[in-house]
Amino acid sequence: MAPARLGKAVASVSPGVEAWRRFKRHRLAYMSLFVLGAMVLAVLIGPLIYKVGINDIDFKARLAAPSAGHLMGTDDLGRDILARVLYGGRISLAVGLAAMLMAITVGVIIGAVAGMARGWVDAALMWVTDLFLSLPQLPLLLLLMVLFRDPLKAAFGLEVGIFLLIVLVIGGFRWMPVARLVRAQFFSLREKEFVEAARALGASTSRQVVRHILPNSLGPVIVAATIDVAAAIIAESTLSFLGLGFPPDVPTWGRILYDGRDYMDLAAHWALFPGLLIFATVLTINFIGDGLRDALDPRRVL
Amino acid sequence: MTHYILRRLLIALPSLLGISVILFTVLALAPGDPFEDLANNPNVPPEVRMALRAQFGLDDPIWQRYFYWLANMIKGDWGFSFVSRIDVDTLIMQRLPVTIAVIGASQLLALLIALPVGVLAAVKPYSWFDRIASTLAFIGFSLPTFFTGVLFILFFSIYLGWLPFVFRADIPGSGWPWLWEHVRQSIMPVTVLGVFQAASWMRYVRSSVLDVIRLDYVNTARSKGLSERVVINKHVVRNAMIPVVTLIALQLPQLFGGAIVTEQIFRIPGIGSLLIDAILRSDMPVIMAVTFVLSVLVILFNLLADIIYGWLDPRISYR
Repeated sequence: MAPARLGKAVASVSPGVEAWRRFKRHRLAYMSLFVLGAMVLAVLIGPLIYKVGINDIDFKARLAAPSAGHLMGTDDLGRDILARVLYGGRISLAVGLAAMLMAITVGVIIGAVAGMARGWVDAALMWVTDLFLSLPQLPLLLLLMVLFRDPLKAAFGLEVGIFLLIVLVIGGFRWMPVARLVRAQFFSLREKEFVEAARALGASTSRQVVRHILPNSLGPVIVAATIDVAAAIIAESTLSFLGLGFPPDVPTWGRILYDGRDYMDLAAHWALFPGLLIFATVLTINFIGDGLRDALDPRRVL
Repeated sequence: MTHYILRRLLIALPSLLGISVILFTVLALAPGDPFEDLANNPNVPPEVRMALRAQFGLDDPIWQRYFYWLANMIKGDWGFSFVSRIDVDTLIMQRLPVTIAVIGASQLLALLIALPVGVLAAVKPYSWFDRIASTLAFIGFSLPTFFTGVLFILFFSIYLGWLPFVFRADIPGSGWPWLWEHVRQSIMPVTVLGVFQAASWMRYVRSSVLDVIRLDYVNTARSKGLSERVVINKHVVRNAMIPVVTLIALQLPQLFGGAIVTEQIFRIPGIGSLLIDAILRSDMPVIMAVTFVLSVLVILFNLLADIIYGWLDPRISYR
């Protein structure tokens, strides 16, 4: 591989530029980036432009099909679905990002400690990881939601409390693959020559980890993080769909779908639009993850 | 072999105990009280409620209750459902067959789709067939089961009117019409679950076959003059299945999650809907037993995966 590279007139580029170049080759991933970007923008600034309240009731247009007045139609109380979907998108995306951050943080810490410590600490941490992997996740998610809903609601208020609970619960069940990934990376990286060189120069363990090992193990973690956002969005929608997520007056995508499900014969648009948005978000995030996997793995020949 | 299975079962025991401790602690922290209704009932004096609580051991310290529960569980006494007024094990046994039938059928469907499609896609990588199959697989596992279920109901039940969308366990009649009704109402739930599984399995099968198909022994098999069919079926697929079995076993906990959602959409009276009912009515013995049964199933299937390895790959020795 090296001689071929040298033969080309490619000036040395930073790894970031090189990764971006490789990412753009994955056409679906590149397209997904724009689609997802457009959706995020719409959710962020949409409510500022589209000035229909999420709880504005229009009794003249109950269960109305999509029209010029209500672009995505209305629900059984005549509330505008577009406005609700835009508002709900903020929550769904925020939950996805926050749960991902939590899962990655916990996973990286546990994986790094297990990978550096080895011995009985590693064995104990991996036992816990395997234990969490064999827990039935959705039942426990549902259970924790029901058990801790009221205390957190009392402590932080309705929306913030439920948000915290959902993020903690979803993040708390998604760190295991990351921990395993990071541990495996640490095992191979800590024996590499450049880390040995750093050790020989007298770098402390924390410096070896933070400066040398961790940055080199981030590629797969970034890919896992991307896919975790999608998984967390699905998990939140599933909770809401089972009626155990956000309360009815907070319209997340899963919640709107759950409410619209009983009116499918009269107003199919009510369930279809939020469902399509969940699908589009998850699909584009998964494609981006796939593109990043190709882009961040230098061994992969494209 | 028997020795190995026994040893694995022994290793699984601490995990099971760990899971039961986690479950029990979570439940013990629960604010819900199964005798809450009685507190609001003016005909029931508070002393009766207190006596009931004491009788069921709700006032004892947590660790004492845990060991009491564990001892009973081992003896085969799974407790009594406060809400349904029957024994928990009878309740679970009533619901479990439906769930296992639906999950089993959907897994079979997933295997029948994923295996041939994955192998064909890997045999000719980056061909049109591979591209279409891979893109469809991507779409398939990005579609949450609750949305596919809703779409299926919309199209097949409401628009076309072909299939019933409420699952009935008590269909009258017998013989072929009875069986046909059962098949008809199972089509949608089984397809929803099966297609979702097939999508992710197909990707595993494809990448695993791709890894194996370039190895030297495959070239050797070809140069011996074996037909391509024999090379693929006997030499490639068998070895490619080893990592796939692990991944499938690891995915099982998610499968039960998918089953809960599907049971909820199609109103199937299985173990998932039992769990949701129990959670909503804080029926602790049922919640505890169902989640524990699901964990045991997960651990059992992981063990099964390890045994299948040995059959697929004789190099793995059980010691």
